[in-house]
Amino acid sequence: MTTAAINPNNPALGIERSPGLWSLAWKRLKADRIAVVSMVIVIAFLLLSFAAFFGLIAKDWNKEIAINYAPPTLFKDSHKPAADLRPGAATDAGPAVDGAAAKPEFINDRDPLREVIIELKAQLGQSTGAADSGIKIVDPLADVLTELRKQLGRTGDGAANVVEAKRLDYLPFGADKWGRDVLAKVIQGSETSILVGFAAAIVATILGTVLGAFAGYYGGKTDDALNWFYSIFSSIPYILLVLAIAAVLKQKGVVTVVLILGLTGWTSIFRLVRAEYLKHKARDYVRAANAIGASNLRRMFVHIFPNISHVVLVQLSLHVVLFIKSEVILSFLGFGVPVDTVSWGSMLNESQNELILGYWWQLAAATVFMAVLVTAFSLFTDALRDALDPKLK
Amino acid sequence: MLAYIIRRLWQILPTMAGVILLIFFLFNVVGGDPAYLLAGKISNPEQIANIRKQLGIDEPYWMQLLIFVKQVVTFDFGASWSTNEVVSQIFATRLPASLMIGIPLLILETIIAVCIALAVAYVRGSFTDRAAMVTCTVAQSVSILVYIIVFQYVLAYKFGWFPVQGWGNGFLENLFKFAALPILIALVVSLAPNIRLYRTFLLDEVNQDYVRTARAKGLSENRVMFVHVLRNASIPIITNLMIQLPGLLVGLFLIERFFSVPGIGREVILAVERSDFPVIKAVTVYVALATMLANLAADLLYKAVDPRVELK
Repeated sequence: MTTAAINPNNPALGIERSPGLWSLAWKRLKADRIAVVSMVIVIAFLLLSFAAFFGLIAKDWNKEIAINYAPPTLFKDSHKPAADLRPGAATDAGPAVDGAAAKPEFINDRDPLREVIIELKAQLGQSTGAADSGIKIVDPLADVLTELRKQLGRTGDGAANVVEAKRLDYLPFGADKWGRDVLAKVIQGSETSILVGFAAAIVATILGTVLGAFAGYYGGKTDDALNWFYSIFSSIPYILLVLAIAAVLKQKGVVTVVLILGLTGWTSIFRLVRAEYLKHKARDYVRAANAIGASNLRRMFVHIFPNISHVVLVQLSLHVVLFIKSEVILSFLGFGVPVDTVSWGSMLNESQNELILGYWWQLAAATVFMAVLVTAFSLFTDALRDALDPKLK
Repeated sequence: MLAYIIRRLWQILPTMAGVILLIFFLFNVVGGDPAYLLAGKISNPEQIANIRKQLGIDEPYWMQLLIFVKQVVTFDFGASWSTNEVVSQIFATRLPASLMIGIPLLILETIIAVCIALAVAYVRGSFTDRAAMVTCTVAQSVSILVYIIVFQYVLAYKFGWFPVQGWGNGFLENLFKFAALPILIALVVSLAPNIRLYRTFLLDEVNQDYVRTARAKGLSENRVMFVHVLRNASIPIITNLMIQLPGLLVGLFLIERFFSVPGIGREVILAVERSDFPVIKAVTVYVALATMLANLAADLLYKAVDPRVELK
């Protein structure tokens, strides 16, 4: 009987449970068409990066499966493959397979056997005409090379552990300088960027929330000290602080980038959370909690925190976008993720030189993926803020 | 007024002390021993000891901190570790190029952003307004790197309208030839967020009673928007401008790097790449100081813009 009396959902009592903040917000969010579309896009990106993280897709992004700079499928006629631009290949008079999609080039810049291949090719007179068959191209040197490679063992950067026999002329999204699939790379890059963005945002949010809670709740000396700390970090322009820390931390890696961004980006969260705690700490429910003997920490994080968590959530969402953008710049400059990890930033870095040669697909892929995710995430954040705090609108 | 300025300057001291401590902690404690780095790969202990002595890092931490404070106060950070150029000299020679891009950018950006924001705030809620906001969101989502790469490739390399990169000696040559494309790119990048921001500032004002009164008096819409609304929205706009000002020096680092503009931002990137600590330390400390002074200047400007503001 007692349980029935407490349970507000009991229809017998005739009391309908009034919807809480979250269910109301969810209702408002669902009614917003832009919010729903952007949420679906963000979730799709998250699934994509989870799948990549667990190696379900794009695991083999490092494999060289196509010819160098293989064009995207849709534009296969618009570009001459890189092979023809090489001085060595210029003498190669073998007939092209079909129009512009020409002979694959078996020489790879990073291949430790490059010299050997060129020499052997010269000896063979290049006229074995691998391309004549048109359908299945077999490198006449493949056997010799595999043998040599076995002797050489695994090569330096793992670039050469590919059998060079079958290389595609074009890929859905094209290929990069080494013939790696741009689609796989851009998916792998999404994983890195999203992972870094979320991890750094979580670090910054936790730091900003905890410090802000202490400053706002305790006030007095604690507040002064933390405000001093805040003023130090906020007086140095964000990007300068990031670069200064990047200069000091020598180790490159995903963790370093997360730390750099997280340790510098907490200031605006601190300010907002502090203001919320100032507002809430004198409210009746907190005094009631005090009266029943809840400790300070309990009042701060069990009683007050759920009431301000919507502010924190919006900030978290805002910072994911900010940090994804920052990570791209850091990785572009070479201060971000290590070379063996692909990120949108490192793809943009590679595409700089490719563009001058006319290979625009890597730039396009990284740009479009990033722009779609960031736009969707920004729109979602705006909608989330409006849904959680309708007064703001 | 004077008392206010003095008090505010006095308040800068503890923050400045904190900035110095933070930078010291980063570069002298976390940064570790740069002697190995400077001595190169082949080095004997004697050389390393020598370098340490030269840099003053064989001293205890409190002594190093004192040296650092002295450097900050006397503007004397010694020479760059990689080029041996005196750090103050680096500042003096790199500043003009950064300002050459930064000042025209700030002026153009403010005028254009305020005008567009006024226009979209005036037609708030309409299709134009929403279209403009979506455009801004999308424009903001594209990385600044893409703008630079594409604009440089298309406008400079392909069409040849601007030099691909470089910097000259003459003032006019620099401003109209070499700085033009960097300013254009920076303008495109910074317009989107600023239009959105200024629009919200203006929207806060357009629903106020005084706007209705102004209209009731029969003032023209132009006068209402440009004189009444804009003047009242100018406080947050000025704050935003002032906050941007110091960051502008280093904020243009990517553009300066791509276009080989010999400015402060490019110098910072080079310094980070070369682990050139004195340069980074100096830039960080003085830019932080500039930020605090800019905040003070913003507060003083409030008073000029809005006589109701009382400086306490």
